[in-house]
Amino acid sequence: MTGTLLKIDGLTKAYPGVVANDGVGFSVAPGEVHALLGENGAGKSTLVKMIYGLVKPDAGTMEFRGAPYTPAEPRAARATGVAMVFQHFSLFEALNVAENVALGMENPPPMRDLAARIREISHAYGLPLDPDRLVGDLSAGERQRVEIVRCLLQDPKLLIMDEPTSVLTPQEVEILFRTLRKLSSEGTAILYISHKLEEIRALCDGATILRGGKVVGSCIPRDKTARELAEMMVGGTFAETRRGGRTPGAPVLVVKDLSLPPMSQFGPALKHVDLTLRAGEILGIGGVAGNGQEELLATLSGEVPSADETVILKGEEASHLGPNERRARGLLSAPEERLGHAAVPAMSLTENTLLTGTIRKPLTKKGFIDMGAARAFAEEIIRAFDVRTPGPHVAARALSGGNLQKYVIGREVLQAPDVLIVNQPTWGVDAAAAASIRQALIDLAARGAGVIVISQDLDELMEIADNFCALYEGRLSAPRPVEGLSLDEIGLMLGGAQGMTEAQIEIQPEALA
Amino acid sequence: MIRLIRRPTPSKFWSWTTPILAVVATMIAGGLLFALLGKPPVEAIRTIFWEPLFGDNADYFRGQLLVKAGPLILIASGLAVGFRAGIWNIGAEGQYIMGAICGAGLALAVYPAESPWLFPAMVIAGAIGGFLWGMIPALLKVWFGTNEILVSLMLVYVAQNLLAYMAFGPMKNPQGMGFPGSRNLQQYPSAFNEELIPGTGAHWGVLAALVAVIAIYVLMQRHIMGFRIRVAGEAPRAARFAGVVPARLVVFCLGLSGALAGLAGMFEVSGPSGQITDGFNAGYGFTAIIVAFLGRLHPVGILLAGLLMALTYIGGDMAQMMLNLPSAAIQVFQGMLLFFLLGFDLLTNYRVRLGGARA
Repeated sequence: MTGTLLKIDGLTKAYPGVVANDGVGFSVAPGEVHALLGENGAGKSTLVKMIYGLVKPDAGTMEFRGAPYTPAEPRAARATGVAMVFQHFSLFEALNVAENVALGMENPPPMRDLAARIREISHAYGLPLDPDRLVGDLSAGERQRVEIVRCLLQDPKLLIMDEPTSVLTPQEVEILFRTLRKLSSEGTAILYISHKLEEIRALCDGATILRGGKVVGSCIPRDKTARELAEMMVGGTFAETRRGGRTPGAPVLVVKDLSLPPMSQFGPALKHVDLTLRAGEILGIGGVAGNGQEELLATLSGEVPSADETVILKGEEASHLGPNERRARGLLSAPEERLGHAAVPAMSLTENTLLTGTIRKPLTKKGFIDMGAARAFAEEIIRAFDVRTPGPHVAARALSGGNLQKYVIGREVLQAPDVLIVNQPTWGVDAAAAASIRQALIDLAARGAGVIVISQDLDELMEIADNFCALYEGRLSAPRPVEGLSLDEIGLMLGGAQGMTEAQIEIQPEALA
Repeated sequence: MIRLIRRPTPSKFWSWTTPILAVVATMIAGGLLFALLGKPPVEAIRTIFWEPLFGDNADYFRGQLLVKAGPLILIASGLAVGFRAGIWNIGAEGQYIMGAICGAGLALAVYPAESPWLFPAMVIAGAIGGFLWGMIPALLKVWFGTNEILVSLMLVYVAQNLLAYMAFGPMKNPQGMGFPGSRNLQQYPSAFNEELIPGTGAHWGVLAALVAVIAIYVLMQRHIMGFRIRVAGEAPRAARFAGVVPARLVVFCLGLSGALAGLAGMFEVSGPSGQITDGFNAGYGFTAIIVAFLGRLHPVGILLAGLLMALTYIGGDMAQMMLNLPSAAIQVFQGMLLFFLLGFDLLTNYRVRLGGARA
């Protein structure tokens, strides 16, 4: 690892109203695994898009292997030896692996040769792939392999990976890391974007930290603690969440043999879900998105009714009740999608309190809206949850994702629910805001409420939950106490291997074909 | 290439000024059109906008203004509620006809009995007629998922045929010497929807329109039901999360707009028109759609838009008579108004950028 592969100096890119990158400079050595760290909006994506030729910088220079590097388009970047794996895959489900790979190549070889190459490369790097399988039948982790193999076929010198582990189980992350380490040992540099600090500490040789479009520091990640890295990202200290002692009380929400047909054409069905939530308990439900999280929240919140005697709230049958009737009985929820589901984008924060707040808060009198009370409630949320906004008159869509998330969670928490169900409470939220949201959920449970946190972020669930279940293809595993649970065990649960006897018995038709 | 970029927060000032700008632009473009037709443009515009209000026979025309604006406002304010929720009742014309048939039918059935209860009963019958006609697309949508735009529109033609049947058949005036059309309710004191203040044109329907504007303003701005209707239009998923049952909303919106359209029809047949004839409906139900959008689906806006629309109708008639303007030219003129309003609206909400795509 000597010399410099990529050297960036003074790179600047401004969009109307915001400077996304301001004089950014750093360098990557051959074979180095280099992390780009920063909160959402720190400018990581813009930076890698410039390196990959998707965005043209306003100012600054790039050098690749000592020569000036100004990619006009991704094709030019690939020709130079830069490849990128995006967070969102660009694959056609109806085509097989080899066909998908061929589509991304300038001069694809004959299909038979390509298939052989795919098999060879994917095995060499520990990412076995069958070139003849349809992408539609692959798991998220396998789809990512297709993208990686597609890059590897071009023999890149620099591989950019944008949040590669957000869709993977811990086992799949391990496999990916092995591959990346092998690539690195062969001299391929990797530019790795992630906000999972432990992963970066385990994998990366160096890190550049961005805040507000500027480089604010660089470090060797293994020499720092995750907390120090987080503080470098946010530029200050933030409070660690306090768990506090809680003793679970009586069951407040019981779900018995809940099944639900798919809500959309390709959506998963819920299959025989059982769970018990006690007062004062935080139940974490993990799983890769699209395994029934949205469906579970919709049936528990009351948006979608379920069969009789499947949802029992505080000892009373609630399966047929709508969202407002459940709110009246103490069950509140916060869906994942903030704009358009948990809040109306074009309406003010004051008006958005009326969406869920009229049942438990005196915001209406005989059906007539008390605007003063609604405004006061909005101001209370803004104050208590540190929502950064000029005031309650601001439209919801004008808030940043993290601030709107704080508002949405605050709106439900301040209504003093007995049961609160949240889906992805800190998705896309910066570290400081995420910590305050988690603390609010813990405090709520400490006051005796039962809380269900559905999340893809396992670290988050380990941090706040008492018990852990995995949701996989619409089935929910039996709960396990978080204390003493290892990442390996969680990985197996997420893959559907534990506490899901039915899934094991069921024979996959594809396996026989 | 021209691209439209949404403005984050449209200016309050411009969203209130665009209707005025649209009227001015219509006057200029309309003037050009009239000039091309060889008519004196300034005089034509003056005839349309000035004569009905302040001209020689203004006393008569001012009354006509309310007679025409009343039903437009009454229907449009009901339609606007549904439009806000994304429920498209295009068949107000049919509900208007059914309201008239039911209201007049009740009066003709009890003729010639006189009672102070007859007129209130006719009001209720008219509202029910329109309501039930609106329920057909509503229930078909709820039960079978049919498209309410199509069903409500097609029911207009069903209502028109029913109207013709009534005029030539069951409701035909027995003393009408074979002429089609019912008895004239203007000559039936208990059923006559009289002017409340003589000479103003203000009959019960105009008062009802005013009440509807206020009631719908309160519903939409101050009541939780109106809030939920607005949420349903802007973010359907958020509405379900807020506990809105879409089926109930469809029934409410189509029922309300149907009932108000029915009321308008009933007030018309018992007042200015007087009788059921096969040409009774004059397109109020369709024009009200324009009025609703011209008034930005806001009750106060609809009040002003209804008056403006009525003015162009009356002024347009006068221009046809006095200046021999072809009626098609007047219709183009009215169309321009909506065109310019929507055009200026676009500029309020979007900024236009010329040139190719920039990353």
